[in-house]
Amino acid sequence: MSLFDHSIKQLEEMLHRKEISAEDLVDASFDRIHEVDEQVQAFLTLDEEQARNQAKQLDAAPDENARLFALPAGIKDNIVTKGIRTTCGSQFLKNFDDPLYNATAIEKLNAEKMVSVGKLNMDEFAMGSSTENSSYKSTRNPWNTDHVPGGSSGGSAAAVAAGEVLFSLGSDTGGSIRQPASFCGVVGMKPTYGRVSRFGLVAFASSLDQIGPITRSVEDNARVLEVISGHDKMDSTSADVDVPSYTDALTGDVKGMKIAVPKEYLAEGVAPEVKEAVISALNKYKELGAEWEEVSLPHSKYAVAAYYLLASSEASANLARFDGVRYGVRSDNATNMMDMYTHSRSEGFGDEVKRRIMLGTFALSSGYYDAYYKKAQKVRTLIKNDFDNILKDYDVIIGPTAPTPAFKIGENVDDPLTMYANDILTIPVNLAGVPGISVPCGFSEAGLPIGLQIIGKPFDESTVYRTAHAYEQATDHHKQRPLLGGVK
Amino acid sequence: MADISKEQVKHVAGLARLAITEEEADMFTQHLSSIIEYAEQLNELDTENVEPTTHVLDLKNVLREDEPKEWITKDEALKNAPDTQDGYYRVPSILE
Repeated sequence: MSLFDHSIKQLEEMLHRKEISAEDLVDASFDRIHEVDEQVQAFLTLDEEQARNQAKQLDAAPDENARLFALPAGIKDNIVTKGIRTTCGSQFLKNFDDPLYNATAIEKLNAEKMVSVGKLNMDEFAMGSSTENSSYKSTRNPWNTDHVPGGSSGGSAAAVAAGEVLFSLGSDTGGSIRQPASFCGVVGMKPTYGRVSRFGLVAFASSLDQIGPITRSVEDNARVLEVISGHDKMDSTSADVDVPSYTDALTGDVKGMKIAVPKEYLAEGVAPEVKEAVISALNKYKELGAEWEEVSLPHSKYAVAAYYLLASSEASANLARFDGVRYGVRSDNATNMMDMYTHSRSEGFGDEVKRRIMLGTFALSSGYYDAYYKKAQKVRTLIKNDFDNILKDYDVIIGPTAPTPAFKIGENVDDPLTMYANDILTIPVNLAGVPGISVPCGFSEAGLPIGLQIIGKPFDESTVYRTAHAYEQATDHHKQRPLLGGVK
Repeated sequence: MADISKEQVKHVAGLARLAITEEEADMFTQHLSSIIEYAEQLNELDTENVEPTTHVLDLKNVLREDEPKEWITKDEALKNAPDTQDGYYRVPSILE
């Protein structure tokens, strides 16, 4: 049994009782990374020396008030970390060795004394659903290394699933935390838009992006989100809303809770074994005293189209800052300024990023703005209204996280539309800005994890966690471990 | 709305400051056409009287005093740049 099979709370108590030390935890993390990361390929950058020094210091000055004391974490590589290379999975930033400051989420984790062990692989600039768009390497699914871990936070989900770190941070624009959590059999939370500061998160689509935690259990997840939530004056879209104790909400009680199940989330295109696992989870909720009813989110079928227009438009504007002047790689093949921009960008960005920049530039260009961009914004209103209407009458919305278990590496890589359809159940949640979590709810016949998605009211992460925790306590899916390296 | 043409793709690439080869232009024309054709389904919806949502939060302008403060030094600002000289970013000349 690995140390990381304990919860954050248990480890905290063991540290306080001096049964383990901070150095033991860091050792456990690096031992496991050295044992399995050659297979998993989750990490882009390891920061072993800094982590070990930090652990020594923490052991010398124990702090019982720090909420993540000495706990080893991995950080998605689009969250900037002072003094640590931050690449966004892109060759464009392969030499971005010192981003000069920490993202607010990192500052908050540091204040609670977490130990960062390194930066995790991702689809380039968070664009993708499989981590195959990383320009460095493809991360593997710890349950079956022929399969993708999901994306774009594939490294973040795989590292937690493989027991390399206790928790990680990811970012979610259209499902990039929840879908890989679902594929890797771990817990991934996309908080309400504005709940966590985006300061220091390299922007993909600013009106959709949110940072969130990936963990093995709901309780650990609630603990980490509690730390990183809150208003930040460095991010003008961060919400000035009180942060309750999410862990206090984990009562295990869902009696009388009203659950909405959108019929669109169990429609054609959702694999039968996924549907079966979700229905069986809903029956478990019934046993626990909750009630569920079928409802409709009539505009969900338009979400993917609206999302790709909006996210790509915002991406084309955000990625305009990559000009080869202030940071990143500059092309050697330029003689004048315009050449320098175009060559640096063309050599620096991969195909998927270029595809989205071009789609966004097209959707925003004169003559097409109203037909595509503005139209998509109006459809976004309809999708948001769907959620508002349902969440007026129900506590949470439940469905699958992804329509299928993890697909094989290379299977969808040449087919952008099929790849995009993978996010069909997560994207509407980002468009509506509401919180959503993925928790393990079973396994496919081939032994790959299946995720249950629980969606809540804006800023009501507490109810989402309460619902997820009650299910987790009543089942044992989250206790299963991948057989990587022969260790269970 | 018609398909996107190869000429349009090249024009858009120029606007986005991306140099693309003929081969890439063919590939992107095919990909963008299928994505845009897919996006056309939004036209099934009547959105005549729907307000666009740019943002889900009820945001207000955030104002602060314009006060000078220490952020990063010049050396730090130049630290990650691919080409610098004498405390400046160095770029190709813009005049002949």
